Amino acid sequence: MPEIRVTPLGAGQDVGRSCILVSIGGKNVMLDCGMHMGFNDDRRFPDFSYITRNGRLTDFLDCVIISHFHLDHCGALPYFSEMVGYDGPIYMTHPTQAICPILLEDYRKIAVDKKGEANFFTSQMIKDCMKKVVAVHLHQTVQVDDELEIKAYYAGHVLGAAMFQIKVGSESVVYTGDYNMTPDRHLGAAWIDKCRPNLLITESTYATTIRDSKRCRERDFLKKVHEAVERGGKVLIPVFALGRAQELCILLETFWERMNLKAPIYFSTGLTEKANHYYKLFITWTNQKIRKTFVQRNMFEFKHIKAFDRAFADNPGPMVVFATPGMLHAGQSLQIFRKWAGNEKNMVIMPGYCVQGTVGHKILSGQRKLEMEGRQVLEVKMQVEYMSFRVSCYMPANGETVTLPTSPSIPVGISLGLLKREMAQGLLPDAKKPRLLHGTLIMKDSNFRLVSSEQALKELGLAEHQLRFTCRVHLHDPRKEQETAVRVYSHLKSVLKEHCVQHLPDGSVTVESILIQAAAHSEDPGTKVLLVSWTYQDEELGSHLTSLLKKGLPQAAS
Amino acid sequence: MLDCGLDMTSTLNFLPLPLVQSPRLSNLPGWSLKDGNAFLDKELKECSGHVFVDSVPEFCLPETELIDLSTVDVILISNYHCMMALPYITEHTGFTGTVYATEPTVQIGRLLMEELVNFIERVPKAQSASLWKNKDIQRLLPSPLKDAVEVSTWRRCYTMQEVNSALSKIQLVGYSQKIELFGAVQVTPLSSGYALGSSNWIIQSHYEKVSYVSGSSLLTTHPQPMDQASLKNSDVLVLTGLTQIPTANPDGMVGEFCSNLALTVRNGGNVLVPCYPSGVIYDLLECLYQYIDSAGLSNIPFYFISPVANSSLEFSQIFAEWLCHNKQTKVYLPEPPFPHAELIQTNKLKHYPSLHGDFSSDFRQPCVVFTGHPSLRFGDVVHFMELWGKSSLNTVIFTEPDFSYLEALAPYQPLAMKCIYCPIDTRLNFIQVSKLLKEVQPLHVVCPEQYTQPPPAQSHRMDLMIDCQPPAMSYRRAEVLALPFKRRYEKIEIMPELADSLVPMEIKPGISLATVSAVLHTKDNKHVLQPPPRPTQPTGGKKRKRASDDIPDCKVLKPLLSGSIPVEQFVQALEKVSAFKYPSSSSLFSLEQHGFSDIKVEDTAKGHIVLLQEAETLIQIEEDSTHIICDNDEMLRVRLRDLVLKFLQKF
Repeated sequence: MPEIRVTPLGAGQDVGRSCILVSIGGKNVMLDCGMHMGFNDDRRFPDFSYITRNGRLTDFLDCVIISHFHLDHCGALPYFSEMVGYDGPIYMTHPTQAICPILLEDYRKIAVDKKGEANFFTSQMIKDCMKKVVAVHLHQTVQVDDELEIKAYYAGHVLGAAMFQIKVGSESVVYTGDYNMTPDRHLGAAWIDKCRPNLLITESTYATTIRDSKRCRERDFLKKVHEAVERGGKVLIPVFALGRAQELCILLETFWERMNLKAPIYFSTGLTEKANHYYKLFITWTNQKIRKTFVQRNMFEFKHIKAFDRAFADNPGPMVVFATPGMLHAGQSLQIFRKWAGNEKNMVIMPGYCVQGTVGHKILSGQRKLEMEGRQVLEVKMQVEYMSFRVSCYMPANGETVTLPTSPSIPVGISLGLLKREMAQGLLPDAKKPRLLHGTLIMKDSNFRLVSSEQALKELGLAEHQLRFTCRVHLHDPRKEQETAVRVYSHLKSVLKEHCVQHLPDGSVTVESILIQAAAHSEDPGTKVLLVSWTYQDEELGSHLTSLLKKGLPQAAS
Repeated sequence: MLDCGLDMTSTLNFLPLPLVQSPRLSNLPGWSLKDGNAFLDKELKECSGHVFVDSVPEFCLPETELIDLSTVDVILISNYHCMMALPYITEHTGFTGTVYATEPTVQIGRLLMEELVNFIERVPKAQSASLWKNKDIQRLLPSPLKDAVEVSTWRRCYTMQEVNSALSKIQLVGYSQKIELFGAVQVTPLSSGYALGSSNWIIQSHYEKVSYVSGSSLLTTHPQPMDQASLKNSDVLVLTGLTQIPTANPDGMVGEFCSNLALTVRNGGNVLVPCYPSGVIYDLLECLYQYIDSAGLSNIPFYFISPVANSSLEFSQIFAEWLCHNKQTKVYLPEPPFPHAELIQTNKLKHYPSLHGDFSSDFRQPCVVFTGHPSLRFGDVVHFMELWGKSSLNTVIFTEPDFSYLEALAPYQPLAMKCIYCPIDTRLNFIQVSKLLKEVQPLHVVCPEQYTQPPPAQSHRMDLMIDCQPPAMSYRRAEVLALPFKRRYEKIEIMPELADSLVPMEIKPGISLATVSAVLHTKDNKHVLQPPPRPTQPTGGKKRKRASDDIPDCKVLKPLLSGSIPVEQFVQALEKVSAFKYPSSSSLFSLEQHGFSDIKVEDTAKGHIVLLQEAETLIQIEEDSTHIICDNDEMLRVRLRDLVLKFLQKF
């Protein structure tokens, strides 16, 4: 029995490490290759030993598909391809291919340069890994090999996020990754064909209901920022360069416009500025409204949001600053934080998850006295806010395989002659009667063709063997043979209304292809012998006729 | 329907539409017949020996008489130049189908249409000439008006409302996307390398494949390279949209363009480049970007004037996925893929919706102006022709190949301005075609008649035609051509339950056969075979039916037979008890429980006759036939039949 097997290698019960192995129609596909932000050890990456204990990744996997650029979906990619070793194709969309290496590099810098982790992938490995990437268009049918095809659909989760259909023959799986069903500030809604997959693998979903609660959180966020700015405070929003940052920028930009606020908004130069460029250049991936108006006004050319210079941090008066990195563990966001932490008018908003050990994590867990380098103690008087737009997802445990039996139909070629013949018959008045199709399936190697039996015989150079029956039916009838034939004819004509009954000039009677001849009996002149003759193909009718004639003829109405 | 292009060369027969009243054009003398009859002088004007229609320009539509367009289900668009007639077709013919095109094709196509509508609508012309179109009058006119075809079907430009409505009927598709049409065929656009989003199309069923190659380029310019591999294994390849200037090398032309431009500007003259608002202009701007500093032209202003100039420049930057690899890599950095972004930033290139407004205050000479329309019959270009035509310092450089530059210039004669012809047409030339055909190897090539013979002006150039084996089949306007293939097979799905029940037998090494009797279901052109329904058990207790009802409702077709009966084995089987186990109650022939003991075999010319004497039964066995002649004993007949069938193969 064919089957589809699904084995999660990564995602546990919380966010991160999305990595799912799917076996379908003899093909093995890995969906996403995420890492877990919360771990610093082996648990950080998915467990590829599930595959490697039986051989090389490249031999086992037919392809890898990355749904979007979030690190919990692509963070383990360089480790997987360069350190464990995989040389096959990695498919992702163009925006994902553009942004993914930047986030990986960012992540690597934090892990290696700031935290000093050893045995981590290098910048070169990221580059080498990206060389294995094949970019796909939305709706493009990518033929991975002769049998395996994949197709990307718009998922609307982040720029370039896609859902994938994986198809082998008539079996298919749809993997959604993260997706959004309603358009948001900068992205459109997910969309997919009615593709009737055998299996749908869906991850954390931002369904409509969740989006509503997201709206509430957005309002909450704006309110907090607004209050802080109104009382003259400075607001720090540590972010990672892509995704959340753009969403919040658009949110604040429109709010500033609407409320006619004057306080400056800055974003730290470098990554975020670069990231906004990506949004501008990949505007076709954003929602309808942004795409339609981009010539007049590009949503990602912010009017109120300007590039940040480190000197601005000391400017008097209120301001809002987006700064990287998102967990306050280093860099500009940490510098600004140290400057502003002492003032209770100020505020820091953490829009995402923070890893243990980072300043972000410490302040979120309520710590207000932080030990900085040089035994210096920083007292945090500023307001600390946390907002998560993230919803966690639930998955079967890692390494546990779900098996789904399938029963694919078998596609074969049918000769048009045969098909048309049968379809023409199907058009008869009573369409409810099931139409039987009779033919011969010729199987030669992997080439399957269904043809009419005549054609099959001809193609194979075989002659047809005619099987014919002739039955003698004795009738009591003293009249002449010709008259008997006439009686047989009129009897059959009246009884068999649906058949073509004919009386031929030579005296014989035919019913369709069945031939009936009357002959004199050699001994008994009062008996006539009816010779009923038919071929094997008309056996039903022939045998029916003989039994009919055996019952005798009705007395002629003379 | 493949493509929906508009023949705009018809506009060359009309007088230009000046943006500002032109005394020269409005004072042209009316044309009169040789006999002095001047009844047409309101409609036709004479200029330097040419006669022009003084009217709103009109376009020559695709053939709409030959077929009922309401029966067209689908229109496939190959590039933005090939969709300009769409509003005429989708809005006024009863067409209710779907149009398929890529996103850049639609966006840029919209810009081209918008520009066209704008050019024509902003200079309303009261006069609409129609007298000259009368067949009897047209005969009397001088060439080329006399020879213009289908003038009665020429139409004025559509409106923006019609454009929007037409474009709303387009379904966006991506390269290599497989689109199912009614379950019968699949269509797929492939990159054709000619323009942003330009496509070739594959139209295929499961067993036949037609490729439509229209407007393709093998040169490396800004669009994604042409996808050749997917065109392989075509039964028929329809080839059109080859280069209009097979003798001009686009690279050389670009070089000439740059040097002529530099020369004119250095001498203090202005350069006018009549062009479309998208396409080659991106490449020209890119060349100039690299060229201007080295040529010392940094201070010369470049103006791009079109109602859609800004949109065109902006749109070009957002189609990263449709661009060549180099440009894609730039987007990944992230940088704008086209350098005209930098030209705009540094104020070297300025764009304006029209020459009214900001342009007139910014305008500095000498300068270079890119503007439309390349036919020189409408758009801002008309103004610049009038303005600069009198000075020999100025140059007009023709880069678009769609219009004959001499015809385009005719209503501006006499002209002092220099005219340079540098047509840049990146589409396939005949050398590239033969390379492509060698690579792709279609069984048949179908193309317009013009490609099967050398151009009339260069009839000795046997290299300027398609050369392939078998020779290309050609078509021409209003001619019906049957494509040379016969459909033999279609796909059918065998449901798994039915597949399980099939019993294949190996007939020859490697070839197996299985007889299939199944129920055929056809829905949306998809065929499925399901197992036949189980025969319903005849209910014995029922009221006796009339004889005619006894015929089975659902006729089970008997298979064909093949093989031959080995007589000796057949007789042995007849003699065996096991072959004839009668239910004891039903048989008259109790003897047969022990097999037939009185079998006689006679040889005949063609075979044998087996005689069962007591049963008065005769079996004629020949190489390819068996004939059982017996009394009316159904039981016996069935038993004999089953025995015969054992020796034969069923199909």
